[in-house]
Order: sequence, then C-alpha cells, then structure tokens
Amino acid sequence: MTSNIVLSEVEYNVVGKRHIRPDGVDKVTGRAQYGADVQLTGLLQGRVLRSPHAHARVISIDTSAAEAHPGVFAVVTAADLPFASLTRDDLGGDYQRLKFASNHVMASDKVLFKGHPVAAVAAESQHVAEEAINLIKVDYEVIPPSMTVRQAMEPDASLLHDDLFTSELGQLSDKPSNVASHMAFETGDVDEGIKQADVVLEREFETASVHQGYIEPHNSTAFWNTDGQLNIWTSTQGPFVVRTNVADILRHPVSRVKVTPMEIGGGFGGKITAYLEPIAALLSKKSARPVKLLMSRTEVFEASGPAPGTWMKVKLGATSEGKITAADIFLAFEAGAYPGSPVMQGAACALACYDVPNARINGYDVVVNKPKTAAYRAPGSPQAAFAVESVIDEICEQLGVDPVEFRLRNASREGVRRVEGPVFRRIGLVECLEAARNHDHYKTPLNGPNQGRGIAAGFWFNRGFQSAVNISVNPDGTVNLIEGSVDIGGSRASIAQQAAETLGIAYEDVKPTVVDTDSIGYTMVTGGSRTTFATGWAAIEAAEDVKMQMVERAAKIWDTPVEDVEYADGALSHKSDPELRMTFRELARQLLGTGGGITGASNVDPTGEGNGFGVHLVDVEVDPDTGKVTILRYTAVQDAGKAIHPSYVEGQMQGGVVQGIGWALNEEYFFNDQGQMMNSSFLDYRMPTALDLPMIDTVIVEVANPGHPYGVRGVGEVPIVPPLPAIGCAISHAIGNRINRLPANPGAVLEAMG
Amino acid sequence: MPGLVHVSTTINGNPTDFLCEPRQSLLEVLRDVLGMTGTKEGCNDGNCGACTVMFDGRIVTSCLVLGVEAQGKEISTIEGVASPEGLHPVQQAFLENAALQCGICTPGFIVAAKALLDREPDADEGRIRHWLAGNLCRCTGYDKIVRAVLDAEDKMKA
Repeated sequence: MTSNIVLSEVEYNVVGKRHIRPDGVDKVTGRAQYGADVQLTGLLQGRVLRSPHAHARVISIDTSAAEAHPGVFAVVTAADLPFASLTRDDLGGDYQRLKFASNHVMASDKVLFKGHPVAAVAAESQHVAEEAINLIKVDYEVIPPSMTVRQAMEPDASLLHDDLFTSELGQLSDKPSNVASHMAFETGDVDEGIKQADVVLEREFETASVHQGYIEPHNSTAFWNTDGQLNIWTSTQGPFVVRTNVADILRHPVSRVKVTPMEIGGGFGGKITAYLEPIAALLSKKSARPVKLLMSRTEVFEASGPAPGTWMKVKLGATSEGKITAADIFLAFEAGAYPGSPVMQGAACALACYDVPNARINGYDVVVNKPKTAAYRAPGSPQAAFAVESVIDEICEQLGVDPVEFRLRNASREGVRRVEGPVFRRIGLVECLEAARNHDHYKTPLNGPNQGRGIAAGFWFNRGFQSAVNISVNPDGTVNLIEGSVDIGGSRASIAQQAAETLGIAYEDVKPTVVDTDSIGYTMVTGGSRTTFATGWAAIEAAEDVKMQMVERAAKIWDTPVEDVEYADGALSHKSDPELRMTFRELARQLLGTGGGITGASNVDPTGEGNGFGVHLVDVEVDPDTGKVTILRYTAVQDAGKAIHPSYVEGQMQGGVVQGIGWALNEEYFFNDQGQMMNSSFLDYRMPTALDLPMIDTVIVEVANPGHPYGVRGVGEVPIVPPLPAIGCAISHAIGNRINRLPANPGAVLEAMG
Repeated sequence: MPGLVHVSTTINGNPTDFLCEPRQSLLEVLRDVLGMTGTKEGCNDGNCGACTVMFDGRIVTSCLVLGVEAQGKEISTIEGVASPEGLHPVQQAFLENAALQCGICTPGFIVAAKALLDREPDADEGRIRHWLAGNLCRCTGYDKIVRAVLDAEDKMKA
C-alpha cells in the first residue's frame, strides 16, 4: 500500500491537524438526521407523476380519480403554480426566467424530458400516493426529441421552446433556436500563432451525459402554515438558494420561508436547484398538513442534474521546442431542457493551465430533451480538459517531449493573463508539476504489455461569495460556532479549526452547528470549493470580533485602557503589568458578572480566492480481448494552499479522482430513439465500486493563497478535472490509438483498438 | 387498502412487535414504522447497500426484504453496533481515518464491514474490497474506507 504526502510550508497549532469531525459520532451510529429522516405530526407522503415522453405537448390532465382515491389529501398540477395566473404584462422582463423556473418544477404546456413532473399527490402513505398518481390521466401529443447538441443545432431541428432566441455574442437572433447562447473569448492573433507553429493538431471530442451520483436521493418536506409561514426541511447544498428559489417560484415573501438544511447525503453540485421544495409546499398548502416528497433513484437519474454531454473541437499549434503558439477551440454543451450549461466555465478553464499567447474559444449553450443539467464538481472543466489535454498529449508524442516538461514550459504562473481576462496571482501549478515529476510513481516504469501511463493537469477557479458565522463564548471557556454552510464532507471540522486557531483555544473547545435560514446571515452554497475558504474566513472574522470584545472586557475588569490589553495564544495580558493575566477560559467564567455574554459576528464576501491546480498520473492496463481497462496506479497532486484538515483534503482528492474514473471508463446516460433513459438504476448506470479501484495516492502541495489568512485555496473541484484526459491518454498509449470519446468502456476501447 | 399484518421479531437483541402492510419492505418498516432511521435508502432496488442490515446472521439489503419476512428472525441494524460502553472499533476507525464525508452510506458500510471482520478478522485489502463491492460510496473513492477497515482489524485484536 502506498502513501499520502503533505508538503507543508507553514505549521500552526490547530490548522493542519487531523482532528475527529464534530458530527462524526452521529454519522457512524446512524443518529444523524438526513432529509428523508424528518418526522412531523400529521406528516403526509407525496409522489410526483412524471412524463413518460422526452418531448410532448400536454393536451389535458384529469386528476379527478386521484382526488377521489381514499387516503389522498391533495393533488397539484402546474395550474396551482403562481405562474399559471400571471401574464407577460404582469412579469415584464422577468417573464421568461420565471416561466423556465416554474415549468422546470412542474410542466404546463409542454414536457421537455422524460421524468418532467406533471402532477403530484399527497396521501397518507407512499403506497397510496403511488396508487393515486397512476389514476391521473394525461393526454400528450408526442413531438420528436432533440437529444444531442449536434441534432439540436441542425437548422431544421425540433425546437424545445418557441420563444427561445440565440443570444449571439449579446445580440438576440431573429428566429427561435435550440442554441440559447453563443459566447466567445479571444486573445492575440490566432491565425498568426498557427503560422508560427511547427506542429498543428486539430481533433474532435465527445463526452456523454453523466450523473453526480450522490447516494442520497433528493427529498423535501414542507409545512405551509395557515398564517403564511412556510417551513422547509431538505437536503441541499444551499439553504439560502432554496429559500430564494421557493420564494421566487411561489411568489411568497422570502421572510416567510424558512429552510432548515438537514444532513446531506452528497451533492457534488447537483443539490442546489429546488426540484421538490415548491411542489411539497403546494401540496402542504392544499392539505394543511406537512408533506414529505422523496425521489426514487430512477427519478434522480431522469429528473435531476446530469453534467452536460459535449461536442468539442480543439486546434493547437506548438513550436518544435515545445511552446504553445495558438489555440482555437469550439465547445458545444448540452444545457438539458432549459438554458444554462456550464459552457462559459468550460471555456474559461480550457486553457487556464497554460500561457497561450493567441487563443480563440467559441462556446455554445444548447437545449436538448434531457433533464436540465446541474453543476457537477468543477462544472465544464473536466470535459474541456479532456479535449485540450488530449491534444497536448498527442503533440508531446509527436515532438518527443516529456509531457511534464512540456507542461512546465507552458505552465501558467503568477502574472499570466487568462484568455477570459483575469491575471493570475500566486498559483501553484509549477510546484504541482515538479512534485509529480519527483514522485516515485513518475520514476517507476510500467512493467507489462498493454499498459499505458497518462498525465494531465486541471484547473478550477475556486470561489468566494457570502458567508456568515456567529461565535458565542460559554462560561466554561468553550465557544458555540453557528454557521450557514451545510457540511457535506467535514467542513464543520475545517471551520472550527480556523476559529480555534484564531482564538488560540483547543479544537475541542469549538462546537460548530449548522442552522436554518432564520438563524444566521446569508450564506451561499456549499460548492465552488468555497466553504473552507469563505466560511473559514467568516469564522476568522467572528473570532477576531470575539477577541476584540474579550480585550474590552479584560480592560474593564482591570480598569485599564483597552490599548494596554493584549490577546495572544488564547490569553489576555496587560502589556506592562505582568501580574494581570487571564486565560480565555478564566475570562469566559467572569463574563456574565461583568457585563454579559460575548458573541462575535461576521458577514463576509471575500474576494481573495486562490485558483486551484492539480496534476494527475495514472497507469492502466487494457485487456486486449475484452477492452476492459484496469486502473493499476493513481497519484493525484494538488495545490491546496493550506490543507486545514489534510485527511479531508485527501478525501476530496480521492473522491474527485474516482468520480473522474467513473466518468472516463463507465458512466453514461443511454437513451433509446424516443429519448427515454434506459439505464436509470445503479445496476445499469455503473459507478465505481471498491473492487474496481486501487488506493488513490495523494500529494498535497501547499503554496499559500495570499488572499486568505491561513492560505486556503479550496480543494473540492480540481480533482475531478485531470482524470478524464489522464485516463484517456493512458489508454491511448496502451493501445496505440487515440481515445477521443468518453466513456472509454470496453466496447469503445475495442473499437479504438481497430 | 390491504390489511395490516402483525409481526414478531427481534431487533438489536430486543423482542419487537410491529404492524405492517404486506407490501412494505423491511427498510420501510425500520424507518417509517419503527422510526429507526439510521438505515438509509439510496436506491430501493438492492444496488447501493445503504440499507444493509444483518438478517439471521447474513447481510442483506433491507429494501429487498419484506417487513413480514422478519417474523421470528434476528435483525441487527446500525443502531445496534455501538454499545453503552462506546463505539465499536469499526466505528472508531471510520472516525479516525476520515472514512466518511457526507455519511449517508456510512451505516451500510459499517454494518457490512463489521460482518466481515466478525468472520474474517484478518481480511486483506483485496478481500475487503471484494466484500464491500455491494456498498456504493460516491464521496471517498473508498481509499479511506478500506484503510479504516484494516485499522479496525488492528483495533479489534488489541
């Protein structure tokens, strides 16, 4: 078995240590309360009736038999949504946005993907609700579906929306189209750059729709009280985003919506959109009872967030010395049923690892008859990296240049301007490439036939955005830390560590709690690799506020000016009188008798996010008879800035790698010619199991982010970016032919072998 | 509506009686009838292992067992793994090795891993990976889970 390495630059007392997570005992004993575990007095269970067609007009819906079914308390359709009774005049410029949001939750005139909700029932049990939805009669007029970007971009393609016009570099097209937008980034002179190149390669790529694959299905429980207060309990990455979406779609005041985030069973970007919450709320309003909705696994696949399937073209030029001179890139991403694929992010990430003087990237956001795509870990970046890194790999082969050396010659570093504009501050790509080159994995040759090694780099911006934290001091010297960031993978620990470090107290003395939207300031999603960075920042600011108030209190007790009191290492002392000294705990004990308790508070929106890079090495072996690919060895190197909790940083890296392995080798939505998904179970949508994998080695590189007090960058998303190209290239080397379409399942590999 | 069936069973060593519909799965009975929500639903078709429980000494996915089949059987769930004295070594090892991220698959993994170590205290990495192939985890990539089970073996021998 191999090992994990942390290349630390700075050591702290609490930060950087591998503490037990505060919610750990609840999660290993089954006591943690997830969304589906909610129990309320009088709770009803609901089911959603979904379209069997990928594309159809809804002619009529008859719910009378369902309403008459014993045990049924409420039936809703799109007619119950506020949008149904609002006109274009009422909504003005908001019309299309609300139409899409409302129709996504429940279809009105058209269904746009198999699994699109058309009605829902609340009943005394799941089984009765299931019986009732089967009594609802819906008449459809089936329309041919547009299932891929290539199909949907054809001039005579079947249109999903008759009022969607292409935003063509900012100008609206004359005719409706499935192309929602065309955006472009350009720098330098691409044609001139191509002329300067000694080698020019142009390749075309495709990737399939894949699902985030969180193990916990979507769920939502709602209670709409008669006074208009709407309470929602749900598994979400963003309780405040759900609050906004629900208030928006239901036209209900945001202050009358309280969202309580339950423990969440994975999300990876897919649990941000409100799918069930507005439906549960309407069912509750009609029945005057709390209503719980749970998705089945099939519903999760058919109606929630795949990452987009893509069609991409990359043309790259390089000199014989291995310097990239130009890049010309075309990206077309499936948005799903409504606009909003991450093609812009894909375009901005595509070349971010390299200093490319002349570049042009055209991106197309295309609606197709599939569920609306949702964010999936570094949205857009893995697909773009697959295309760009694969061409770089082929150029390295042609030039006979070592792939790490080639990347070092072109690597982005401080001062380099990205194609979409921003200039890099201190980043750690070069350090990651060097750590990969120095790793035992890179120095160890392959040792058998049909084996190949792949190397690839990857980028994600990492995000800042808003977070809030309150810290209250307890009489025993511990503190309660209240936060709005849902803990999806150990962030209670990494936030508490930063508070403890700042206060100079023990990790165990910080007790973090994630609370509802009424109980903490606005906090953006747990996503974008922002939580440890931004909510950590909020914890640091709240802790600084506590320190300031503790200094003031000590000054009051000692009857001395505030300027004479110093706070260091978890103790307060008088700058000139060594007799006057109190530990944090000693002062905490005196607070209630000297002016009351102390709470530090913060609302932050930090902008110093540190961009993230990773470099991955993978060895594969291809079975020449079956085309099956085995991962022999995998090493992921990543700049974390500062790994607050190294174990959970490694966990993010290992988890991202394995999702990337699934994306590269197995995972894919299969559709029949009617646009119906044919593999909507975990048996047929094959995600990696423990048996499919080796240990995943990690190297954490720490190049401190100058934009954060402890140097944090954020780590969650980068690790899913390099696996697609790294594995594709490794297979290409093993079989001697290029892999330009993912997944590289056994059939595809056999085909590529020729 | 179908009538309710009276079932007498034993759960985590305690004699337990419940009423359920013939169409309700053991998973539904545990969660919705008995309020034992530690056992999780991930797929409801036996493919993810989140609802793993012990059923007369065998590991089963409780979504594929009917509630009425519990009559006269011995069932143990995640709620029965820890004792009043503290966590089971497998649970402790999961905590110390950061072998969970979101935690939704964790109860199933712990029940399955404990079942393995109860019968094969020296299982090696390959055997652990094979045994746990019926439990899906999407967060960890399994690395730290496998390490935790190996660590639990050491803890159980100490």
